[in-house]
Amino acid sequence: MTTEATPAHIQLGMTDEEYDSVCEILGREPRPAELAMYSVMWSEHCSYKSSRKHLGRFGSDQPWVVVGPGENAGVVDLGDGWLAALRIESHNHPSFVEPYQGAATGVGGILRDVFTMGARPVAVWDPLRFGPLDDPHNRYLLEGVVSGIAGYGNAVGVPTLGGEVEFADRFSKNPLVNVMALGLLKQEQLVLSAASGEGNKAILLGNATGRDGIGGASILASASFEEGDEGKRPNVQVGDPFEEKKLIEACLELYDEGLVVAIQDLGAAGISCATSETAGNGGMGMDVDLDNVHVREQGMTPGEILMSESQERMLAIVAPENEQAVLDLASKWEIDARTIGEVTQGPELRVFSDGELVAEVPAASLADDAPIYDRPAERPSYLDEVWADEPSIPDEVDVVDALRTLLDDPAIGDRSWISSQYDHMLFLNTVVEPGHDGSLMRIKGTTKGLAVATDGDAFRTYLDPRRGGARIVFEGAMNVAVTGTRPYAVVDNLNFGNPENPEVMWQFIEAVDGMAWACEELDLPVVGGNVSFYNQTDGVDIYPAPVVGVLGFTEDIPTKPPRLDAAEHDMGIWVIGSEAEGDLAGSAFDRILNGSLRGRPADVDGDTARRVITSVADLASSGTPVVHDISTGGLAVALAEIAIKSSIGVILDDISADELFDETPLRAIVVSHHEPITPVNCRRIGTVGGADLDFGDLGSLPLADAAHIWSSALPRRMN
Amino acid sequence: MSVAVVVFPGTNCEHDIVHALDLIGVETELVWHTETDLSGADGVVLPGGFAHGDYLRTGAIARFSPVMSEIDRLAALGAPILGICNGFQILCEAGLLPGALVANRDLKFICRHIHVRVESTDSILTNRAEVGQVLRIPLNSYEGNYIAEAIDDVENADLVVARYSNPDGSIDKQGNPNGSTNAIAAITNERRNVAAIMPHPERAAESILGSSDGMVMIESFAASVTAPLSA
Amino acid sequence: MTHRFRITIERKPGLSDPEGATTRKALIDLGFEDVEHVSFGRIVSVTIHASDEATARSSVDEMCEKLLANPVMETYTVESES
Repeated sequence: MTTEATPAHIQLGMTDEEYDSVCEILGREPRPAELAMYSVMWSEHCSYKSSRKHLGRFGSDQPWVVVGPGENAGVVDLGDGWLAALRIESHNHPSFVEPYQGAATGVGGILRDVFTMGARPVAVWDPLRFGPLDDPHNRYLLEGVVSGIAGYGNAVGVPTLGGEVEFADRFSKNPLVNVMALGLLKQEQLVLSAASGEGNKAILLGNATGRDGIGGASILASASFEEGDEGKRPNVQVGDPFEEKKLIEACLELYDEGLVVAIQDLGAAGISCATSETAGNGGMGMDVDLDNVHVREQGMTPGEILMSESQERMLAIVAPENEQAVLDLASKWEIDARTIGEVTQGPELRVFSDGELVAEVPAASLADDAPIYDRPAERPSYLDEVWADEPSIPDEVDVVDALRTLLDDPAIGDRSWISSQYDHMLFLNTVVEPGHDGSLMRIKGTTKGLAVATDGDAFRTYLDPRRGGARIVFEGAMNVAVTGTRPYAVVDNLNFGNPENPEVMWQFIEAVDGMAWACEELDLPVVGGNVSFYNQTDGVDIYPAPVVGVLGFTEDIPTKPPRLDAAEHDMGIWVIGSEAEGDLAGSAFDRILNGSLRGRPADVDGDTARRVITSVADLASSGTPVVHDISTGGLAVALAEIAIKSSIGVILDDISADELFDETPLRAIVVSHHEPITPVNCRRIGTVGGADLDFGDLGSLPLADAAHIWSSALPRRMN
Repeated sequence: MSVAVVVFPGTNCEHDIVHALDLIGVETELVWHTETDLSGADGVVLPGGFAHGDYLRTGAIARFSPVMSEIDRLAALGAPILGICNGFQILCEAGLLPGALVANRDLKFICRHIHVRVESTDSILTNRAEVGQVLRIPLNSYEGNYIAEAIDDVENADLVVARYSNPDGSIDKQGNPNGSTNAIAAITNERRNVAAIMPHPERAAESILGSSDGMVMIESFAASVTAPLSA
Repeated sequence: MTHRFRITIERKPGLSDPEGATTRKALIDLGFEDVEHVSFGRIVSVTIHASDEATARSSVDEMCEKLLANPVMETYTVESES
């Protein structure tokens, strides 16, 4: 409970020490608006104060990286003047409060990050995590989040090309809604956020400013939820895809016309963040007049205007001679545009309201002087216990029954209940659609191809954060390799519990180490990321759930990339890649059939990973009909997916239950009329044909049954 | 010949139809919804998207855009006017085509390839196709469920251009993805110079994208632009 | 006994209402220049069996809180039509 005696900075989520630093920077006590600005800019969400110390381990100095972490989006070079911009963000807490708007505004925000760089957003991916669907509230959250992504993404006109979904009880009161966007641009269109040029104008474009999410991103994402906290929740941010669509077109035209010096989107911390970052990044200052801000509500205080998180707004820095042209262009696209400030020599950001100075702070101090914490970390006590218990497959297992159960799992069964609500075809670029390991798109007018896969594995990351973190990078890389592209860049979204819990901090540090190591082994730059802490409700932390988005790239998009529905009668079936080792820790079999989460996931050798991923990409780009990564549910599920999608059975020669459900990473199924020529392990296991999933002596499952179970898994729970 | 592709605020499929028409050498020009002179255009496309955010009702605000009176004029002159998806909704709201489009039967956005069976070749959308031809093209809409109060008039005047079907051309509930009355996917006006379709033929214009079945409709439209009906 | 209620659900004041704002602009463009505010809501009719109106009303209130309205972004009013 806050009482009237609680100091303002505590109410705004600041510690006494942080307040003292503000006083030291200013040489005085802060004014109310200044305190509001520091509180939000120094929140966990905006400042990365608990994570920043550890993020330096991610590398991004590969020569094809044009813009690394720190800007609105990472940018990589695709050759011939083409660049790709990519970014991932979380909208976990807002999506729990209001699933539709939370997810919708997540999509809106990530798109702004991408077109702020000068890129046209061309695709979105959504990695999602929810509690089990037998709880109606979790169904409500899934339904709302998917509708919100569809409602916003489809209307704004950016295709959603995929994502992934996991279900676990630890996500029941804290769903994870991550969203990744990819944009394309030509070299000369790249725009950065550093303001320059004294006297340049700061023009606010887009939506009116209301009390939306006052203190929202910062407060929501920087504290845990407890029962009875409803009243503290900020105003729900409402997304307007129509406004965003106009804003995208207007901004892209502004860049084409060369009318902006710099641009910054308004996200968390709204005007405070956008003005201080553009000015601070350019080593300049800025004078801002809040009277010129288009407000939606009467009586907003300067602090509220500065902190508002109203959606669909951008701040453009424009030379005075172009000011009118920018206002005219905005008017053509029917968006609001008002000059609210001017770039100064600085270094102060000065804010005026009603002719009075309400804030005067060193612009860079809001970002650069934010505290950095080295939070204590401690190896969690649960690890010894789970490692001591090695999972196994019971000798008497009925393989057919087991497979039925796995295919009925909503995270394994057909997820087109989700993906068919998303427009994934717009722009005529989609070559391999959602429902495959990775989605593949072309760049029209070139032979280039881009693939993206998003991957997380909360279960293995819980069982071993370091190995789990590495595994998701290798998994993502495999998933783009099977489309015939090479892993080219990574963005990461680090979803964790409360960082003030030393065990959570340990999970975080270990996972970051594992991910950074895996990226290094694959020579993959990490060009951007997001940290979402405080994913904890009623004292329970989520499973650590880092997620990666891996971008794959090829100069020559295969004319016939592998597809899951391309298996034909009489084709051979091979397993290629790593030597299977019976890796069941965190596997679908152990979780779903044994009902336990235990063991220690196998370690992966970097050299093997490189060789397998390269070999898989080679096969996939040379006309192999089916190349499918073996992951959740092992060989059994991977084969079932191919058979179901291709509407034809498979006959396995001589297979054991252990082989069928093993989840040793870095393996793929190849289906072809020709034996694959590959330097890695390759073993024929069967033939395509018949109307069953035929496991020889172990039994067989009619394909029609498998298809029915698999395709009903999600709809039967949701409808 | 040149085709005006109308862009309302919120339209998002304009570049796709431009691309598909470009594949067969048809010149296009993007026209902003405030344009009041389309006299240079030999044909018009109202592409898909969410004009004016689909707020109020799909197409309800777009029909009052300044460009619409020019489209009325061209339609009266016999020029070919094609609506796709949101363009279909706008043409219905504007009264250029009968009926209306409401939310899908399952109240969910649908994005997948479906099949349509060509019912009439007497339209700007199907003059190069054959009756009974089954085309595999994508459907991408939330409000794609066609209704008409005077459905018998629509049927009796042979205004139905295409119906949703199963892959073998049979028509039943299974093959009707969104619950449209009589499985109607595309219609034309009585003069047969205005037509609209809910699925997206332009998204099935190249085999690398999964189907090139839609090209026959794009080619039909191009043919009617070259040889429009006389006034 | 049967009781009938008419529930009006509206967006909380202060929250952004893109549909209302867009429609307002369209009205102004059509010449209704004096339109100051447009907002959208929903009307739901519920008929319910209950021993008396007070019981029925409290049940309807609960429906609104739980399902019909989203209390984080909407307000509702209930009118009896019996």
